[in-house]
Amino acid sequence: MTHRNDRVLAVAELARVEGEGAMYIRASGDVVEEVRLDIYEPPRFFEAFLRGRGYAEPPDITARICGICPVAYQMSACAAIEDACGVTVYGTLADLRRLLYCGEWIESHALHIYLLHAPDFLGYASGIEMAADRRDIVERGLALKKAGNSIMEAVGGRAIHPVNVRIGGFYRVPTRAELAALAGPLRRALDDALATVRWVAGFEFPDHACGADMLALSLPGTYAIERGAVATLSGMRFGAAEFDEHVVEEHVPHSTALHAHLAGGGRYLTGPLARYSLNSSWLSPLARAAARDAGLGPACDNPFRSIIVRAVEVVYAVEEALRIIDGYQPPGRPAVEVRPRAGVGHGVTEAPRGTLYHRYQIGADGIITDARIVPPTSQNQAAIETDLHAFVQARMDLDDAELTRRCEQAIRNYDPCISCSTHFLNLTVDRS
Amino acid sequence: MGNHTAIPGPQLTGPRPLREESLREELLREESLREHHGAPMAKPTLAVWKLASCDGCQLTLLDCEDELLALAGAVEIAHFTEASSDHVGGPYDVSLVEGSVTTERDARRIAEIREVSRVLVSIGACATSGGIQALRNFADVAEFTSVVYARPEFISTLGTSTPVADHVSVDFELRGCPIDRRQLLELLTALLAGRKPQIPAHSVCYECKLRGTPCVMVARGTPCLGPVTQAGCGAICPSFARGCYGCFGPVANPNLASLIPELRRLGMPQAAVDRVFATFNAASPAFARARTEARAGTP
Ligand code: SF4
Repeated sequence: MTHRNDRVLAVAELARVEGEGAMYIRASGDVVEEVRLDIYEPPRFFEAFLRGRGYAEPPDITARICGICPVAYQMSACAAIEDACGVTVYGTLADLRRLLYCGEWIESHALHIYLLHAPDFLGYASGIEMAADRRDIVERGLALKKAGNSIMEAVGGRAIHPVNVRIGGFYRVPTRAELAALAGPLRRALDDALATVRWVAGFEFPDHACGADMLALSLPGTYAIERGAVATLSGMRFGAAEFDEHVVEEHVPHSTALHAHLAGGGRYLTGPLARYSLNSSWLSPLARAAARDAGLGPACDNPFRSIIVRAVEVVYAVEEALRIIDGYQPPGRPAVEVRPRAGVGHGVTEAPRGTLYHRYQIGADGIITDARIVPPTSQNQAAIETDLHAFVQARMDLDDAELTRRCEQAIRNYDPCISCSTHFLNLTVDRS
Repeated sequence: MGNHTAIPGPQLTGPRPLREESLREELLREESLREHHGAPMAKPTLAVWKLASCDGCQLTLLDCEDELLALAGAVEIAHFTEASSDHVGGPYDVSLVEGSVTTERDARRIAEIREVSRVLVSIGACATSGGIQALRNFADVAEFTSVVYARPEFISTLGTSTPVADHVSVDFELRGCPIDRRQLLELLTALLAGRKPQIPAHSVCYECKLRGTPCVMVARGTPCLGPVTQAGCGAICPSFARGCYGCFGPVANPNLASLIPELRRLGMPQAAVDRVFATFNAASPAFARARTEARAGTP
């Protein structure tokens, strides 16, 4: 790539994407020819050092891929190993997993909505700066975030890298009293979540559509989180075991995150917009009503409105958590036994940022011989680039500073995760 | 469980456990000193940096939901994680550094960060011992790269993952994978108040005793790294009927010679003992030595 007339813009970082990287735009006259998102995350080689580990270890090890969504890594890892060993975890243990996962959704979404994304819409440099004017609002967001964390602490032992998750279930299940203590704060959190939807619905949203296909787990009867089949808006539907056949990863030069696309070549989006567009009819009545009042239809393809979808998902997750807590009777044992056997297992769950796939091959001795992990961000990156291409094309009249600001916001729409992905943003516009 | 007496018992001396409420009060006092009284004191600047890591340790700062705004009133959060990699800025009164050094570029960056930081604190197992990515130190990185990446030539990385202290001088360390929220608050509050942070150096066993958790090795026969692992988490795992798995790394002078045979006696195969020390603090010298000793034992 020759950088003719490069102009490195003054904005050297994108503090609320929590990562580090750069965006490069090459334009000829008014026509955008290339948009590239560079990812510099130093490689940490998880898939390599998982080889030779015991089959019980992936939940603890892969959690450390991402401190923002460790439960997602633990749940996909458990699902994949249990699949390899021919075990299904159901009943109350499965409910507790869903409860833990709801905690992570609430925490992660509240963090993104209040501290990372809303400041964009309201013209603040950060959530902390926003708190100087609107302390009440930021405090509401922090209370919501804390409600999510308290679920993870009660079920998982701690909010970051929970200790209580194991293959087959848990080390110890919570007592009724431990979960009942969450109910009061969660009822308040439900009010806060509904207020959040109303608040973000009042933001101004540019007209913009992400043209990509969308992919999410789907399970008729429920808003899929920790299990389901993989479905796309274009009508594909397949089980976790076929993920490998349908999703191809490619290694592009400017990135330490691999780029995924559908085997037919299609770029797709995963995450809140995809989940909502595929599964909104399975949300609870309250969450559906909140979405409708916020102006959402049954599907949503405007990435800027993803902040509303996240808020609606928080409403749903809080209600789900309350439902599980209210009906909770501690099961007789904390985990089902999972004996190793030779084979391959696949696990797919919905991380806050989108679909997370794990595959493990294990030997009869329980030792892992191969591992593959496809995080949401590597799936989204190609679609984000395509989206940015159209986005930038429509805004080539802006000066570089304003264009940078808008691009940052457009990227934050996707909530690119701190570590399974990117660090931002040095924007280089090459206008020749 | 007669053998258990061979393991060094916890000593019930040392600092009181950290209490979140009193920390919050102290923090609020520091905030009001700087925010509300007559001529305000200058606010110290805080910077947060990231090297190779999962971001969990810096997230711990945002997880201080009840204290975050008070903290933001007491310090100026001048840089949080994402500054341009090339432009360091500063100077800063306190820098928190998460992550380990795994690239040439990060080796240069940490030197620059040191230059612009009055107090430098490494936070978490990645920064204090190299983290789980230090497993590469015991392997062939070219092979690791080719397992993960189709085009290894696109990847530039060092053969080792090393802690911050291998590169620059470090003023304080917070252990853990992730760090403990109360310890982070204690450290920041102490720095603000100009007192010495109370970061205990005893083992996890001590925290079990403080919590009143019965020893999982004695009561349940569950293998546990608590006797050789530094305290700080509050002994979470044993309270969930699980043995400690070493997030906070080795305590000073760990008695591995006693613990390893005990782990074996409780049913851990030699290979499992080897692996349990090969996680988030794999490259810390004591845990690396434990692995050598485990391998030297009979299978
Ligand atoms: S020490 Fe653990 S929690 Fe902290 S950044 Fe490293 S991997 Fe994440």
